[in-house]
Amino acid sequence: MTAAAPSLVQEFRHGLAAPICLTWELTYACNLSCVHCLSSSGRRDPRELSTQECKRVIDELERMQVFYVNIGGGEPTVRADFGELLDYATAHHVGVKFSTNGVKITPEIAARLAASDYVDVQISLDGATAEVNDAVRGPGSYATALRAMQHLADAGFAGFKISVVMTRHNVDQLDAFRAIADRFGAQLRITRLRPSGRGADVWDELHPTAAQQRQLYDWLVARGESVLTGDSFFHLAGFGEGLPGLNMCGAGRVVCLIDPVGDVYACPFAIHDAFLAGNVRAPGGFARVWRSSELFTSLRTEQSGGACASCSAYDACQGGCMAAKFFTGLPLDGPDPECVRGFGEQALAASAGEVPRPSGDHSHRGRRPVPVRIGPRPAAGARPAAGARPAVGAPDGAGTAGRAGVPDRACDQSPLAGFRPDLPPVPR
Amino acid sequence: MPESATELLDPPAAEELAAAEELAAAEVATLPAADVLADDLLVEEISIDGMCGVY
Amino acid sequence: MSTSAARAWQETAFDLDAGWQLHPQVSVRPERFGALLYHFGTRRLSFLKTRALLTVVSSLSSQPSARAACQAAGLAESDLPAYSRALATLAAGRMICPRKD
Repeated sequence: MTAAAPSLVQEFRHGLAAPICLTWELTYACNLSCVHCLSSSGRRDPRELSTQECKRVIDELERMQVFYVNIGGGEPTVRADFGELLDYATAHHVGVKFSTNGVKITPEIAARLAASDYVDVQISLDGATAEVNDAVRGPGSYATALRAMQHLADAGFAGFKISVVMTRHNVDQLDAFRAIADRFGAQLRITRLRPSGRGADVWDELHPTAAQQRQLYDWLVARGESVLTGDSFFHLAGFGEGLPGLNMCGAGRVVCLIDPVGDVYACPFAIHDAFLAGNVRAPGGFARVWRSSELFTSLRTEQSGGACASCSAYDACQGGCMAAKFFTGLPLDGPDPECVRGFGEQALAASAGEVPRPSGDHSHRGRRPVPVRIGPRPAAGARPAAGARPAVGAPDGAGTAGRAGVPDRACDQSPLAGFRPDLPPVPR
Repeated sequence: MPESATELLDPPAAEELAAAEELAAAEVATLPAADVLADDLLVEEISIDGMCGVY
Repeated sequence: MSTSAARAWQETAFDLDAGWQLHPQVSVRPERFGALLYHFGTRRLSFLKTRALLTVVSSLSSQPSARAACQAAGLAESDLPAYSRALATLAAGRMICPRKD
């Protein structure tokens, strides 16, 4: 008689031969400056992987039989080689879903995507109305997203994804989001806001209230059958039944992140040295990092529940999200900041209030206070650093505020400083 | 765990249930494949979306 | 339909004595405890929870029948109902398909 096999989740916790879902941020460059960006994107990093290096990564993924990657950034489509890399991936047995704000989804591009068998598209949208959306993603971003959706629908691309980060201001719009998805023949996906990247700065104002978490959970249980969540609400399992999904943290076990400069992190919400496992440029490449990095090995070791072990909800919620705890300054072996039993709130109130900062910041200048610097003069013709940039968001491709031709502060010496291959010049 | 529900029932109800099961088994050919249970002792289907750590 | 009748249906519905093969769009990745199957067309992901099932599935196209594949994998007669159900599940998900010999 065949013995019952161990639970899948038990097996997954100990890690797999290769990731099942791998997030690959292709560039830190972005035409937008969303307030909650998990990767603090905006400016390209001069050390980003070249086209050839990206292809070598894809070759590795093929060898490891990583079936499917989620490509994002920044805005991945601003890379000049985006189409080339997409084609290379699918020709090498790696399926792709890419996340975009829609800026480059013209009717022609939409038609090409619709014709491609192994490519899926995910349009980011954080409000069912321009008012709610643009407050987070910047003026014009709602219009850009909906235009892209229209182009995809017109091109016959059925079932593309619309991805929404749930915030205090859009929880009431869940039905409206679904209506938008239905209108374009798309599938709705909602995910959890984490205090990662720029998200740390707006977490207090934007994360759903306790009552709204309950509202969200109830909606998912009652009306969420065809709504994807990427398992990102597994911390809500403490309310009762777990939602569909593995209901566990996948970091370093079934998922990980490759960032634009080849750094491998446990998860895209944990871009910090504490969760850096290695770099694909090192000997052994990505495979060695996945299989034998110290960080991933330790994540795959059985962890005790720590402070949460005695809570009856622990079996369901597993202590919640590692990144959410880390970036709110909470210990990893304690409750999630949004613990449905309120233990996270208690822990936050009791904590010293010091939080780690993200390791990198590729935000557009003007979003951060500009420090006084004594150093080499900027290159001739460059605009002086100014506080006159918009604080929130930036118009879409047609009017990206003055970055073309302006050297990046971080890379004044690099010949590629400020290089933005595809953005049109700024109208003055 | 009993082999089948019929072990728990008294004879007339057990007979009825057995007859119903036989009938159901006889109708197998007409059932669409999609009704097959996707979960099993040996095979488990998971959603490629159902993994936390992806945006 | 009761669970036992559903199971009976699966056992009768799967033809152990026919020739089977992996669907050409399916990729198989061995894992420590079994294997992962991914169908590039349907985007379904299935886990095989035992190595024996992996052996059976991988050898389907080179064996005259699914039953022969099970026997070659070292399975006992008493294992066949469970493995037949597993193969039926995979067939329903189009991970494996009948061989047109």
